[in-house]
Amino acid sequence: MKELKVSAIKQGTVIDHIPAQSLFKVISILELQKMDTQITIGYNFESKKLGQKGIIKLADKFPSQKDLNKIALFAPEAKINIIRNYKVVEKDLVQVPDTIEGIVKCMNPKCITNHESVKTKFTVIEKKKVTLKCKYCEKITDQEHFEMK
Amino acid sequence: MKNKSLISIHDYSKKNYLRIMDLAEEFEKNPGKYGRLLSGKVIATLFFEPSTRTRLSFESAVQRLGGKIIGFTDAGTSSVSKGETVKDTIKTVSQYSDLIVMRHPIEGSARWASEISDVPIVNAGDGANQHPTQCLLDLYTIRQTQEKLDNLTITMVGDLKYGRTVHSLIQAMSYFSPTFHFVSPQELKMPDEYKIFLKEKNIMFEEHKDLNEVMKKSDIVYVTRVQKERFSDPIEYEKVKNAFVLKNIMLEGSKKNLKILHPLPRVNEIDQDVDSNQKAYYFKQAHNGVFTRMAIISSILGLK
Repeated sequence: MKELKVSAIKQGTVIDHIPAQSLFKVISILELQKMDTQITIGYNFESKKLGQKGIIKLADKFPSQKDLNKIALFAPEAKINIIRNYKVVEKDLVQVPDTIEGIVKCMNPKCITNHESVKTKFTVIEKKKVTLKCKYCEKITDQEHFEMK
Repeated sequence: MKNKSLISIHDYSKKNYLRIMDLAEEFEKNPGKYGRLLSGKVIATLFFEPSTRTRLSFESAVQRLGGKIIGFTDAGTSSVSKGETVKDTIKTVSQYSDLIVMRHPIEGSARWASEISDVPIVNAGDGANQHPTQCLLDLYTIRQTQEKLDNLTITMVGDLKYGRTVHSLIQAMSYFSPTFHFVSPQELKMPDEYKIFLKEKNIMFEEHKDLNEVMKKSDIVYVTRVQKERFSDPIEYEKVKNAFVLKNIMLEGSKKNLKILHPLPRVNEIDQDVDSNQKAYYFKQAHNGVFTRMAIISSILGLK
């Protein structure tokens, strides 16, 4: 039997295949610090695909697909496993949403969102190599320039 | 949308463009007929950075329709200098007025204002981003001079990299099957994103280094200012600054219907000797700005 580096959960959500360098961003996006249930976080685990990966296990929590999709900007290959009674009952991939609110900064230093307290709003104009268009200044923010808001 | 603000040229469809142009034409042909259309309305002109030309054009439009104007001409004379946010200024002024015309140096500020305001916002320029009323007056002027908008050959000269007017015009004209010629210094070439846009729309365009190559083909020559501060190397500026100056002699042999446009202010990119040529149309273009803004304001307020 495969040895588990972190203990199994009876029910809840496992988010796997998070690039190690994005793990703490994902934690922040999902606002895990506000959750009151048991959370197990694995960091710098070996991964054939990613080199090093992160993993998050949320006991008794089932975030909506919409909320989970928010992490797609930083963890596009993340896998979501829904666990019930220690068994994976559902597997999903995260999907890049059509619009993004908050989460990342607009890379245009002259944009209003970088000058006043305005929540960023983007339209996703390219999903493969994620590219965002700011609703306010209409400038493009590309994947290489994603910075947490 | 919370209200009928005009923030970006993308807010309007081809149908909207045509409606505004028809309305502008109605105002131009019937001076005096609509002197009371805005009676009882208060229009705020909030210029967080100075732009005398644009402000006077808007204020002339409001006055000609019988509306009243409140506002400020630069941020130094308003509570903005005390540190007030765009949000608070707009929210407050929207309590005093029926429509706000705003110009602001920060990009996206007008869209943000439209989300806060209780009355419609007309964007009179938000940094290097959008200036939709300029684009609509350009369209109106092109239609007026050519008696049509379809299948025209439009040459754009000067700063095609940073010039927001040329970018907006490309997008607005894309509905009317144009052919474009772009003439600019290497450092100020049309950005790829607009060239990709044109390719996707199957619109013909060519790039040139010399205006003389395309002068005889053009129906419209749209000149913009090449600004010294855009060059990383001042020597480069000195090398090219005279290569993009339009002189009267260059108009010899051009098409009869050719008109020269410029969003103004002009510095030296159109020689003064062009002004007396009947093909020079930039001052009439500025005049058209008043009719176009009359059309935009009255249309947004639902009065026409």
